[in-house]
Amino acid sequence: MIPMKSTTTNSRRDFLKMTAITGGGLVLGFNWFSAEANAPVKFSSIGAGDVGFNSYLSISTEGTITILSPNPELGQNIITSFPMVVAEELEADWKKVKVLQANLDNKFDRQLTGGSGAVPHSWKLLRNAGATAKFMLIEAAAKIWSVPASECTAANSFVIHSRSGKKLSYGELAEAASKIPVPSTVKLKDRKDFKLIGKSVRNVENLKIVTGKPLFGLDFYREGMVYAMIQRPEQFGMKLKSFDGSIAKAMPGIIDVVSFKNNVAVVGKSTWQVLKARKLLKIEYEKEFDLESTEDHDKLFMNLMDNGQATVRRKDGDVDAAFKSAAKVIKGEYQCPFISHSPMEPMNFFAHVRPDGVELVGPTQTPARARAEVSQLLKIPEDKITLQLTRLGGGFGRRLKNDFATEAAELSSIIKAPVKLIWTKEDDMTGGTYRPACRYRFEAALDSSGNLTGYKLRGVGINSGNPTREHNFPSGAVDNLLIDSVEHKSAITTGAWRAPITNFLAFAEQAFLDEVALAAGKDPVQFRLDLLAKAKKSPVGDIRYDISRMEGVIKMAAEKSGWGKKKDVSQGFSVYFSHASYVAQVAEVIMRNGLPVVKKIYAVSDCGQVVSMNGASHQVMGGIVDGLGHAMYSKLSFRDGAADQNNYNNYRLIRMKEVPEIETHFVDNGIDPTGLGEPALPPTGGAVANAIFKATGKRMRNQPFIEEDVFKTVS
Amino acid sequence: MKISHSIFFLVASFLVNLAKNQNKVMANYKLQVNGKTLQADVEADTPLLWVLRDHLGLVGTKYGCGIAQCGACTVHVNGSPTRSCVYPVSAVGSSQVITIEGLSEQGDHPLQKAWDEIDVAQCGYCQAGQIMTAAALLKQNPKPSMDEIEVTMNANICRCGAYHRIREAVKLASSKI
Repeated sequence: MIPMKSTTTNSRRDFLKMTAITGGGLVLGFNWFSAEANAPVKFSSIGAGDVGFNSYLSISTEGTITILSPNPELGQNIITSFPMVVAEELEADWKKVKVLQANLDNKFDRQLTGGSGAVPHSWKLLRNAGATAKFMLIEAAAKIWSVPASECTAANSFVIHSRSGKKLSYGELAEAASKIPVPSTVKLKDRKDFKLIGKSVRNVENLKIVTGKPLFGLDFYREGMVYAMIQRPEQFGMKLKSFDGSIAKAMPGIIDVVSFKNNVAVVGKSTWQVLKARKLLKIEYEKEFDLESTEDHDKLFMNLMDNGQATVRRKDGDVDAAFKSAAKVIKGEYQCPFISHSPMEPMNFFAHVRPDGVELVGPTQTPARARAEVSQLLKIPEDKITLQLTRLGGGFGRRLKNDFATEAAELSSIIKAPVKLIWTKEDDMTGGTYRPACRYRFEAALDSSGNLTGYKLRGVGINSGNPTREHNFPSGAVDNLLIDSVEHKSAITTGAWRAPITNFLAFAEQAFLDEVALAAGKDPVQFRLDLLAKAKKSPVGDIRYDISRMEGVIKMAAEKSGWGKKKDVSQGFSVYFSHASYVAQVAEVIMRNGLPVVKKIYAVSDCGQVVSMNGASHQVMGGIVDGLGHAMYSKLSFRDGAADQNNYNNYRLIRMKEVPEIETHFVDNGIDPTGLGEPALPPTGGAVANAIFKATGKRMRNQPFIEEDVFKTVS
Repeated sequence: MKISHSIFFLVASFLVNLAKNQNKVMANYKLQVNGKTLQADVEADTPLLWVLRDHLGLVGTKYGCGIAQCGACTVHVNGSPTRSCVYPVSAVGSSQVITIEGLSEQGDHPLQKAWDEIDVAQCGYCQAGQIMTAAALLKQNPKPSMDEIEVTMNANICRCGAYHRIREAVKLASSKI
């Protein structure tokens, strides 16, 4: 056993730290983000695993390379992609790489899952970390062999001196390498030499997933913990007036019934006992805000569309003049309902509030925010709160909000016990936080040659924030443009839903552009390319998207799908820039028994460098299935503030028989990664709607499509 | 908090008594799970799902919807795919229950291997139920057509939309049986 060292190098960036593996040996520990990192909080009950908690990347003397994956894993496969990038630059033998999910730690930067931003944000940092470690291993070997480092190479977890045929493994070099000063700059690999990046690498947690190992928040168990469920108001706009929990409390296995805020919590010894007892609560609520219904919203949308006090989001040129002198004016309106995120794993969190601090365990997309909220709520400093991340059984934006974590912490502080709080599927589906319902009105002015001379968009949303994305295409390509919005504040809670706002706006915009192209007598693909050419030649105002990248995916999608050349299918086109990536899609629809059926969707994505081809195609295919499913089938409606749908029996999700064939392509342009968790979803609704129009002559105006006439008529 | 009047008190005491009676139906169940006899002291109406998860520590079987709609809780009861979230423990009797933990000893059932090879999982939460549903299908029909696979697997929801790979993995596993 080699003694633990605590010296740090003289690096300006405090790049390297020495640490030790319990019972293992000396390791290299790289702390690649901040020199100012706070020391981790340690409770005896939180084990750091077999790796020094401070290290991200360590190499044991046995050669095991351990990489901590800081970001919450919810199916985007970051737990595989991040280590791949490190291992690539490190020239590590992938089979010897062990990946661990990191807990919340201040030394990690942007430890969250959202905005399709993890890989773009960390790409260079991860590569740098791997390359720095490789540099030091090579230096160490060169020193041992007394040869110039330039004569040594690294491959497959070995440093090799080919002239002499000498070879040392990373495990053998780990200790010596740790004494090499940290280089201030390192050379990164040329992408043509990538061995892992861009290849199909399997998810590192596959075996655990297929054998049912406890990975998820709901699987977490702590000796002595109790189970709890909360009864919340069933109508948005109601608040708790009074309750009687005596009957529930007398039920077997029930430990306590307590109340906080608008909640009545039942605490017991098992999930089922709590679930049964909760039904016996006697609760009275009273009205706090308006109890809204979907009918009210429909009227409200119309009223605000015409009379609302709009906030101008973007204004270019003179739209009024453009519409006055137009040869043709086209108008189109589109509306979407609220929808639920509905990840498969219902909301849950474990909390143990103790005199010396708080322990939190569970699935959240934003662990740092969860800690901050618990700190604020309980007036406990953040450095006394730990948060252990579990795998997330889906997120889709629902777990950006941490209401379940603060509820668990508050409840634990009241009952003074470790508690696992569980939401049922019904609690989640009826309790917010939904994709906001929105309505859009588009207007386009065409001149006599069919050029788009004026463009207006008004978005009206319920708790939507800004329901437009005013700088997205076609902004920048139209001389006269006005984008504004109106927001209605409601008691119905909303939140970010995968590809926030654009998950519906993209459909509306891409369907409208199809209408305009047809009115102009132009091919929808050529119409978009003409607009982009105009934006390139004479840009109008601020352009936030990359015109060439958008042109690239459009052309490739047209080519791959045989756009305009097929006789037996009706094709619809769509392209969208969201977050920082570009995706073009072509949907193909056929008629079967008088009904339109989506047969195939082609997707061309420009997300920059693909890290794992498996993971990337998963994100694109999953995004398309998600986009198609919700456009076709899903909706939440309300009556007096209560959701009409509460579980999968009345809230329809897409199933296997409803998915079309999907063909994915990626633009290989060598740009650094720009993210892929969301960008493939927004274009789908538009491509499908445009294909349905081609097949039936009917324009999809409202989601879900399944309620439109074209799906009701059997010819 | 205000508590209302005497009628309510009467109803309350009736229900408290009822609750006490319910307590009496708590029983010790000996269950045949994954080839072992396991015991749980639970109420008769407790779904097998919660017995497995809360009492026997077998958390591979997942709670998804609780109303037999999504299939995340699928286990085998005497070989039949069963939604454990609505299957009361009192109905299990001497039936053989197999969960994902008991599908194979080393995680090497053809479906588990195919799931890895095709890299099926995204979030992974529904996959135990998907695999158990597929395992029951392959036991009964080792060489299903794509249509037969779809008809069976249509009963399980994957919110991440990994349906293409699920279908492909079932087909691959069937080719190895």
